[in-house]
Amino acid sequence: VNVSRRWLERFLRRSLDAEDVSTRLAAQGAAVDVIEPLNAGLGDIRVALVEEVRQHPNADRLRVCTVNDGSADRRQVVCGAPNVTAGRKYPFAPVGATVPVGKGGAPMRIEKAKLRGELSEGMLCSARELGVGVDADGLWELETDAAPGTFLLEALPLDDDRIVVDVTPNRPDLLGHKGVARELAASLGVPYRLPQLGPNALAPDVPPAQRAAGVRETVTGPLRVAIDDPEGCARFHAAVVRGVRVGPSPAWLRRPLEAVGVRSINNIVDATNYVMLELGQPMHAYDLATLKGPALVARRARAGETLVTLDGVERRLDGETTVIADAARVVGIGGIMGGHETEVRDGTTDLALEAAWFEPSRIRRARRALGLSTEASYRFERGVDRWNAAEAMRRSLEIILLTAGGTIEGSPVDLHPVVANPPRIFLRLARVKQVLGLELGLHEVERCLVAIGATVVAKPDDGRLAVDVPGWRPDLTTEIDLVEEVARMHGYDRVPTELRPFRVGTLPDAPAFAVKERIRRGLVAEGLSEVVSLPFTAADGEASVALLNPLADTGASLRRRLLPTLVRHAERNWNNHVRDVRLFEIGTVFERAEAGKRPVEQLRLGLVVTGAREPGHWASEAAPDVDAWDLKGLAEVAGALAHPGATWHVEGDHFMARVKDGRTVGWAGRLAADTPPWGGALFGVEIDVTDGARGPVRVEPLPTTPAAERDLSLVLPDGVASTAVIQVIRQAAGDLLEAVHVTAEFRGSAVGEGRRSVTFRLTFRAPDRTLRDADVDASETRVLSALERELGLSRRGA
Amino acid sequence: MPSRRRWTGAVHPVGGHRRDREIFRGLGFAIALGPRSRPTGTTSSRSTSPPITRRWTCTTRCISEVPPTVDEPGAGRLLLRTHTSPVQIRVMHASEPPIRVIMPGMVYRSDAFDPSHAPAFEQIEGLAIDEGVSFVDLKATLTHFARRFFSPSTAVRFRPSFFPFTEPSAEMDVECQLCHGSGCGACKGTGWMEILGCGMVHRACSSRAASTRSATPASPSAWVPARITMLRHGVPDIRLLYEGDMRFLSQFTAARSSTGGDT
Repeated sequence: VNVSRRWLERFLRRSLDAEDVSTRLAAQGAAVDVIEPLNAGLGDIRVALVEEVRQHPNADRLRVCTVNDGSADRRQVVCGAPNVTAGRKYPFAPVGATVPVGKGGAPMRIEKAKLRGELSEGMLCSARELGVGVDADGLWELETDAAPGTFLLEALPLDDDRIVVDVTPNRPDLLGHKGVARELAASLGVPYRLPQLGPNALAPDVPPAQRAAGVRETVTGPLRVAIDDPEGCARFHAAVVRGVRVGPSPAWLRRPLEAVGVRSINNIVDATNYVMLELGQPMHAYDLATLKGPALVARRARAGETLVTLDGVERRLDGETTVIADAARVVGIGGIMGGHETEVRDGTTDLALEAAWFEPSRIRRARRALGLSTEASYRFERGVDRWNAAEAMRRSLEIILLTAGGTIEGSPVDLHPVVANPPRIFLRLARVKQVLGLELGLHEVERCLVAIGATVVAKPDDGRLAVDVPGWRPDLTTEIDLVEEVARMHGYDRVPTELRPFRVGTLPDAPAFAVKERIRRGLVAEGLSEVVSLPFTAADGEASVALLNPLADTGASLRRRLLPTLVRHAERNWNNHVRDVRLFEIGTVFERAEAGKRPVEQLRLGLVVTGAREPGHWASEAAPDVDAWDLKGLAEVAGALAHPGATWHVEGDHFMARVKDGRTVGWAGRLAADTPPWGGALFGVEIDVTDGARGPVRVEPLPTTPAAERDLSLVLPDGVASTAVIQVIRQAAGDLLEAVHVTAEFRGSAVGEGRRSVTFRLTFRAPDRTLRDADVDASETRVLSALERELGLSRRGA
Repeated sequence: MPSRRRWTGAVHPVGGHRRDREIFRGLGFAIALGPRSRPTGTTSSRSTSPPITRRWTCTTRCISEVPPTVDEPGAGRLLLRTHTSPVQIRVMHASEPPIRVIMPGMVYRSDAFDPSHAPAFEQIEGLAIDEGVSFVDLKATLTHFARRFFSPSTAVRFRPSFFPFTEPSAEMDVECQLCHGSGCGACKGTGWMEILGCGMVHRACSSRAASTRSATPASPSAWVPARITMLRHGVPDIRLLYEGDMRFLSQFTAARSSTGGDT
């Protein structure tokens, strides 16, 4: 909400610094988004007295003026405005000054110039040229006692700051200057009161409102006022004014509105807007002559009723919407917008004024149903003070009488069918201490409550305070609300920050988190960098979970797999001329479940690698690119980290990870990508992550005896995998076999087509003695015969 | 002449929330994650491992900015959650105090992907539940966190705020990490940056959940690790965190000698 610094100053009767206001409001929970200085460009403009005006010798429409700008010499200024008059004061831009709105709207610097042969040393300005008004048809005649040469900003209340306050939804009281002034007054420890209206010290006489409590209908002057929908409209203030002259507003009424960005319309509409911005109470003025009856009735809309609202749009209404009707038809949507036919026009002479209270939830509903949000609905749906519309009515009547004349017919009425009072809340000092952890005395608690406008009505001996909350704080309904107010007014700054003793939490770290950490450590050790991606991709098959409202550029579905996004990352790196890419991601993927169920989620590990196996180094030839064996290694590492118990199997041109029951849990292989000619092959792994608990590593005793090694070079026909050979070796060799490694593979004419020679290195060891050749020979013989028997293999060259 | 190195990997600056976790571990907090596949509202949620996150909310409530939404046949329109808080508080009340946990979870927004917004990011919730936990403990704990995360001299302030489920509520600001309080474009001239929301759990929230422990004070807080990480490391564009650029990620390798910064 926009707040004018000057308006606040008039409440507090002291000058304020916008930055200080911002700091104080923030400390009390109303953060300030931005401070916009207004009319800051007028710093060069001075008040000047035109002493003499004569006709320009060479131009009918120009005048040559002698101007007293406070300096010793008089200035000669050529002026085209028809209303320039000797003996009057005008804003004056001397040579070198900048006028905010020059020709074409841009700021204009004033230079010494000759106009049709006459010297002109400066410029007399209109309000429009200074950006403070619209009366462009002449110079701005200043009504000021200030001496010539005084800066305009010192002579007139023009400089201001528009303070944009970020009001939280629980604080409707801050949607008017009075509420903001109240908060500031509490912060500064000073009183506040309603500013005087206009230059006149005496406000016009407005009779007090006639209370019409417990009834649904009353009259004010000729106007019948009724509430047929007390759930939607609980209270209705109305008044009738006759004989007004609708016209432009005086500066004192117009300027505050413009300072907060509200356009001045006419004195009547401005009066209601002024009151809304000052007190937070939205109001509406009807042209009495257009009201049938005349009557104003708050009731539910009837089926099929429509209304053309002020904005010229025809609105269809439903029965949940509270409307204001006259004797014949709907004339306004209660708390949202008035009707077009009954609005105040230039020729209007008689007014009916409304200041009502509408139920917030009903306004919210109607606002949504109509798709129509206004300044009024914004306030009503957050909650307007139900007990203060009388003040708003009185104030608007004063402004109208001051600016438009007229007389009040009858007395204003305050119709409220069901009398209600603001709630009384009991606050225990013990509760304050428990929640805040602060020992606050009764005196301080009371001070805080009074600062928000609450009344402490009783202090019983049991440590409870009976507190009547003010009507402008509909958010205060329970004890804890008051505890928060005490904290806020005591000051969050004064809450200490030293840590107090605490009990350590008893929950352990989540197992899934430990798994993620293990994966991170393991893959970073493999030289891979972790990446985090957005979980959105293009649709990826039937099982993709589609978004109803996808954002541009980020994909229309939730991801089903990690690898497609990782491929995009690799391609982006290639675009950046980065050839070596080593990335992994731990993230959730989504898939459609059976009908009626929410999408299935699965935690996955994905990785991609491309480029050189090792970083280049000057002393070595360039390392070869990563290949399928690197991929297999990374797949095995990923499996060990993410899904213990899964084993990798060759399947066509890729690997699949399976668990015991045959379920596939992972994939590893070469990836299709948009690879530049200089890019390497791209390999990737994706595997499900399980969070089974793992015990600690158990250390095996280190060997105390030497090992013996034997190499077996075997000729393997294609189709016999080395893993099968190793399996047979392990089974046949007996307890002495410690390890089997593949040390070489050889193909060629010496071996024969469709065959390869593979060398296996067998390591033997006995834990308690040094092995003799005979022990190893016996084992080797068993191995060879088993290989012959089970796989039909024999030693190369044998 | 240059030495010979191997490829060195890096943990993502936000991945694993290493720093958040270390600081909170020192204050007796554990890290909690929700088992993802477990249906919500089951009795198993009373076990010692707290199931936390419900990723989906139904579109019965109005949210001014509709986050990413999916329409599953039979399951209705589902919103990806924009906040993790209310569900977590309710569920955490199913465990025995003292509870001190931090809980990361993805949240989703309808924000365009631009230098300062991402449509999906992790949020971390902190939660302390125990007899005697008060607003003083909340402020002290989070101030400690901010000073350890940034630097011991970092200025911290708490401002009253409004959240539907906490009272008193507060927002925590730290001094702008660019201008250190003098005011600049990044902090809109205020010298402060808002990094975290927190409060004391409203009884209306807690009593609906677990009646027996409704009187136990609870102080939750929520922050976005990506945001504070960007401040700490001077990351100019949030998209760098999500685009897998090796030139960016490799700056976070532990053994990077040229800059010697702490990751």
